Amino acid sequence: MVTSKKGSALTLVMHASVLFLVILWTIPTAGLFISSIRDKDQLSVSGWWTALSTSEQRLVERALDPTHQQFEEGRWVIKGNLMGNSDGEVVRFGVSSLQPEAHAVGEVVDRKGKQIQVFANGDYTISSDEEMSGRRGDRIFFTAEIPPRFTLDNYREVLSSEGLGQSFINSLTVTIPATIIPILIAAFAAYALAWMKFPGRALLIAGVVGLLVVPLQMSLIPLLKTYNLVGEFFGVGSKTYVGIWLAHTGFGLPLAVYLLRNYIAGLPGEIIESARVDGASDFDIFRKIILPLSFPALASFAIFQFLWVWNDLLVAMVFLGNNEEHLVLTGRLRELLGSRGGNWEILTASAFITIIVPLCVFFGLQRYLVRGLLAGSVK
Amino acid sequence: MGQLASALVTMILGVLACAAYFYGSNALLDWLFPGKNRPAEQIARNLRIANRIRPWLFVGPAVLVLTFYLFYPVIDSFILSFHGRTGEEFVGLSNYQWLLGSDEFYESFRNNMLWLIVVPTAATFFGLVIASMTDRIWWGNIAKSLIFMPMAISFIGASVIWKFIYDYRSGDDPQIGLLNALVVFFGGEPQAWITIPFWNNFFLMVILVWIQTGFAMVILSAALRGIPDETIEAAVLDGANGVQIFFKIMVPQIWGTIAVVWTTITILVLKVFDIVLAMTNGQWGTQVLANQMFDWMFRGGGDFGRGAVIAIVIMVLVVPIMVWNIKRANAEMEGR
Repeated sequence: MVTSKKGSALTLVMHASVLFLVILWTIPTAGLFISSIRDKDQLSVSGWWTALSTSEQRLVERALDPTHQQFEEGRWVIKGNLMGNSDGEVVRFGVSSLQPEAHAVGEVVDRKGKQIQVFANGDYTISSDEEMSGRRGDRIFFTAEIPPRFTLDNYREVLSSEGLGQSFINSLTVTIPATIIPILIAAFAAYALAWMKFPGRALLIAGVVGLLVVPLQMSLIPLLKTYNLVGEFFGVGSKTYVGIWLAHTGFGLPLAVYLLRNYIAGLPGEIIESARVDGASDFDIFRKIILPLSFPALASFAIFQFLWVWNDLLVAMVFLGNNEEHLVLTGRLRELLGSRGGNWEILTASAFITIIVPLCVFFGLQRYLVRGLLAGSVK
Repeated sequence: MGQLASALVTMILGVLACAAYFYGSNALLDWLFPGKNRPAEQIARNLRIANRIRPWLFVGPAVLVLTFYLFYPVIDSFILSFHGRTGEEFVGLSNYQWLLGSDEFYESFRNNMLWLIVVPTAATFFGLVIASMTDRIWWGNIAKSLIFMPMAISFIGASVIWKFIYDYRSGDDPQIGLLNALVVFFGGEPQAWITIPFWNNFFLMVILVWIQTGFAMVILSAALRGIPDETIEAAVLDGANGVQIFFKIMVPQIWGTIAVVWTTITILVLKVFDIVLAMTNGQWGTQVLANQMFDWMFRGGGDFGRGAVIAIVIMVLVVPIMVWNIKRANAEMEGR
């Protein structure tokens, strides 16, 4: 009895702490997403956690100018609405910038011989005994309670005018070939390293394991130099898609060969031996037996490589450059972070666009990702 | 749309070229040294030759790419570190001298060491704790999935997410950054977190820990499940409590896996770049080696010699892990 009681208390603590950690880990992303669909005026004055409550905003509008005045019941009157099309409620108003909240709605305020009145729905009337003159309307300061507003405008804006749409296409252009090419190359090499006997095999395997941890930074300068030379030779410049595909292929290859070799070496040898006895060539064995059987490992690596290439910033900046038509999503986001640092509606929407594809891949194919991680490091 | 179409075409061409190489080279080999319809003696000889060549057709592209993109650059970087700005004139050890005399280098090195200590430790610790807890509750898989999620987010995306959390408004304006809002809520003074020297490093590290904990959790969770039930049951019978079981039975059993997780994150940390670039670009005392190297690669037209020297430092820090990895892999292969 005692143990079960103690057990249930412990279980409760465990549920609570896991819940706490999960919230801690998801809140940053949730905040980003919620902010990205909020109205940009609300986003800049209140935290995203208040997104569902009404927000109070201090605003200023200029009333219609005197050309709109009409003669009604012996007085000159200008009528209009402060809130425009948006809904919300005016709670206080004022006629000077020093006292923007001086008056309650409905109050009649005198200003330079004019009577100004503002109502909760934003309607105002300015009236005077004499005909009003001047070119500009009066400024009216008011505090309004604006109900929560959600909108996709931020996304519309970043996709069109901030160039996110173009970058999205660029990212796809970089990522898909940079994922497929290394798989092909690595799968053949992995089969040879696992099941074919040739001198230098052990050395090659050790080499792959060693290259697994070589920092990317070692390659940048020498490759940039070589790319400059090659680009000059062909007259195409050093920043090309082919260049970055091959660079990502090179950087992803050690992991690809390592993962696939481990997997292929673990396939039952009898199948391969019996196929050899039947006179199948290594190419046939690879194509008809190994490839279909290693699908899980191929999928694992494909997901890794896809996430890595899509999320990469360094390789793209060095080998594809920062010019407008080549900028990938991560590069674009970095540029926006510099140029639009305070415009959170732009940044949050852009960030969400850059992470949405990897998130879909992640949640859709998590099984393979986990399997790949386990194969890649525990073994 | 035009770009996507042409990209698709190049993409398909590239993949086809790759496939064509493997198919074509194998067909060529079979044609040169046919294994059928020839006198038995010749077939045996042909097969022997073909079998000697074929492995190299299979590994050839991989070896070429690895050599060009990873092996040769390591050597070239080493050579470049003895050369000047453009990588042409030999300058001896002067890049190394510059490095050892540069305050910025000591700052980056110190920060990298801080990252090395804090991030792998924190990520492994959280990963282990979460793994051991989620394995015992019914919604554990959902919890794991959510904690694992930041793995899929790019460093730069994560930087935007966290920069938003650390956002700072001066004066009485309402804080829209979560951290400052909390601080104000509890009666504190809002801070511009990422500009506070020294401590700002830790605010950047939080981002990487947030990303990497899921990785540690997934691997450690698999290892924990691999511990035989009998071991735990025996400990329970002997009267061990939960904490004792965790630290005295479970942790020692998965020590090897913890080491693997630790080193994997360590290597990642050594290369940390995007986060620092996006959050501070090395200002306010947050410089790290990888960002400093990137800086020198392009600063004022680029200084390849100095950039290469910093790359060498990163490489030297990785070498012990590399040696350990190779030894481990070799031992495994002998055991197979």
